[in-house]
Amino acid sequence: MRGQFSSSYVAFINPREKEYKERSEMMESKTTIREQIRTNIGKRKNRTDQVMPKVFLMMASISVITTLGIISTLVFDAAKFFSEVSLVEFFSTELAPLAKDPKFGILPLINGTILSSLIAMMVAIPVGMAAAMYMSEFATAKVRKIVKPIMEILAGIPTIVYGFFAYSFVTPLLMKLIPTLEAKNVLSPGIVMGIMIIPMVASLSEDAMSAVPNALREGAYGLGSTKFEVTTKVVVPSAISGIMASFVLGISRAIGETMIVAIASGSSKNFTFDITQSMQTMTGYIVEFTSGDAGSGTTGYYSLYAVGLLLFIFTFVMNLIARAISKKFREEY
Amino acid sequence: MSQLYDNKTVYDVRDLNLWYGNDQALKNINMKINKNEVTAIIGPSGCGKSTFIKTLNRMIENIPSVRTEGEILYHGINIFDKIMRVEELRTRVGMVFQKPNPFPKSIYENVLYGPKIHGVKDKASLEEILETSLKSAALWDEVKDRLHDNAYGLSGGQQQRLCIARALAVQPDVILMDEPTSALDPIATAKIEELIDSLKADYSISIVTHSMQQAGRISDKTAFFLMGELVEFGNTEVIFSNPRDKRTEDYITGRFG
Repeated sequence: MRGQFSSSYVAFINPREKEYKERSEMMESKTTIREQIRTNIGKRKNRTDQVMPKVFLMMASISVITTLGIISTLVFDAAKFFSEVSLVEFFSTELAPLAKDPKFGILPLINGTILSSLIAMMVAIPVGMAAAMYMSEFATAKVRKIVKPIMEILAGIPTIVYGFFAYSFVTPLLMKLIPTLEAKNVLSPGIVMGIMIIPMVASLSEDAMSAVPNALREGAYGLGSTKFEVTTKVVVPSAISGIMASFVLGISRAIGETMIVAIASGSSKNFTFDITQSMQTMTGYIVEFTSGDAGSGTTGYYSLYAVGLLLFIFTFVMNLIARAISKKFREEY
Repeated sequence: MSQLYDNKTVYDVRDLNLWYGNDQALKNINMKINKNEVTAIIGPSGCGKSTFIKTLNRMIENIPSVRTEGEILYHGINIFDKIMRVEELRTRVGMVFQKPNPFPKSIYENVLYGPKIHGVKDKASLEEILETSLKSAALWDEVKDRLHDNAYGLSGGQQQRLCIARALAVQPDVILMDEPTSALDPIATAKIEELIDSLKADYSISIVTHSMQQAGRISDKTAFFLMGELVEFGNTEVIFSNPRDKRTEDYITGRFG
């Protein structure tokens, strides 16, 4: 208060003196800022630059360490399983883990997984591709703006809801078409899984198609192609690696999907190719067992790890394939 | 009528106006493009020369906000007429673009893309088209041993000649070229210019170029565009030696911004 008063007082007495004072203050503050920068640049910044990368590395390694931990758990406990059950029995068709004389033939589970995934991809690939072609090549900006977010909502629905939808809506609907359909069957969850995967296939394929340079489209139009020919003969082949990668990721999603099949596909462990019957997938098997049937330390308990390891190998290989394909994709044009 | 549509005239542009939204890009263009001649279109950037050439095969309509007025008669038929299918027009009027844009397929597939989508299936005639197109584009000797390699393995100049071969494969009678050498080095440019000169015997060529020297070297007629207007159009020697309009003279002599 006092300083304020005195300075305004000075200004009142002699305006020029105030000007001098301001100027000298400015000069002063300039030197102090320069000094501040000079002194600060030596110490504080350097320290953050040394520490922060280490923090980031720690955060980044969390997922790596977790992955390694999961793999080692799977491998060690699966090893315990394989010390009791031979590989030959493991890859046989008879599965009866809770019987008096337990059998651990896993082929019914692999069969269920592959069949349900196949059905899912038979739904997801044509629908997803058509949607991607429409959004990338035919839709106006306005339509795309509306359709794409809606598709993304479809991707955000919890899978348990899809499972319920398959069991209580799709199965009864299919029963009208196929009277012999069982209440729990692999067809209905397969279809619903496909619906779940549509947005993934559509959105990734659309990205790949949109990335095709416009010059290629122009070249094709210049030769008298129709829009459909440009799409199917130029855009899709040019984006094929990205599209294939989306398919593979979709398959890997279908293989790993749990809730839908656990609810709507049942737990029959028969080895059959009849999709109107109940089947169990690898994931379904794990769900059934972890919800309390297997005592810790039994062979049945360790069989979970063996199935889990196999499942991991399945999806891991799929992801490797997707990665290899999309790497090739980057070199195409 | 017969006097107007003599065999020599391929394109007769009449009172062509074109707008991008509310911006007028072409103003009252009137000009004729003759058979077996090279017509160069010159002018500063943004003067409407690319717009004009893309209007000739209606590629401009891929831009949604475009609106046109007036007529472009191609062999006496208005290309904006409903009876003219745009795909058919584009098979008769080939186009070569600024940057080489081969498809990410083999050389073979690139050249035969057009004939194939238009239903040519016979293998012998496809092979024949392949060879004649590549020979006409002066590329055959360089690629005949690797026809099934990816086109992206070719050099920029070779890719551009491949694009010319691709355009020739659907047997057009006009070839539109939108600055076809602007992305190429002088040697590749010289080859393309030589090629244009030899193609003149069978095709009518309309070429947009930024290089005055190029226009002078290869063209029979020159059209000078400025701010969407056709300022001057005539024989190349006359335009370059004795332009009627002051603006043409300023541009050609380089006294222009």
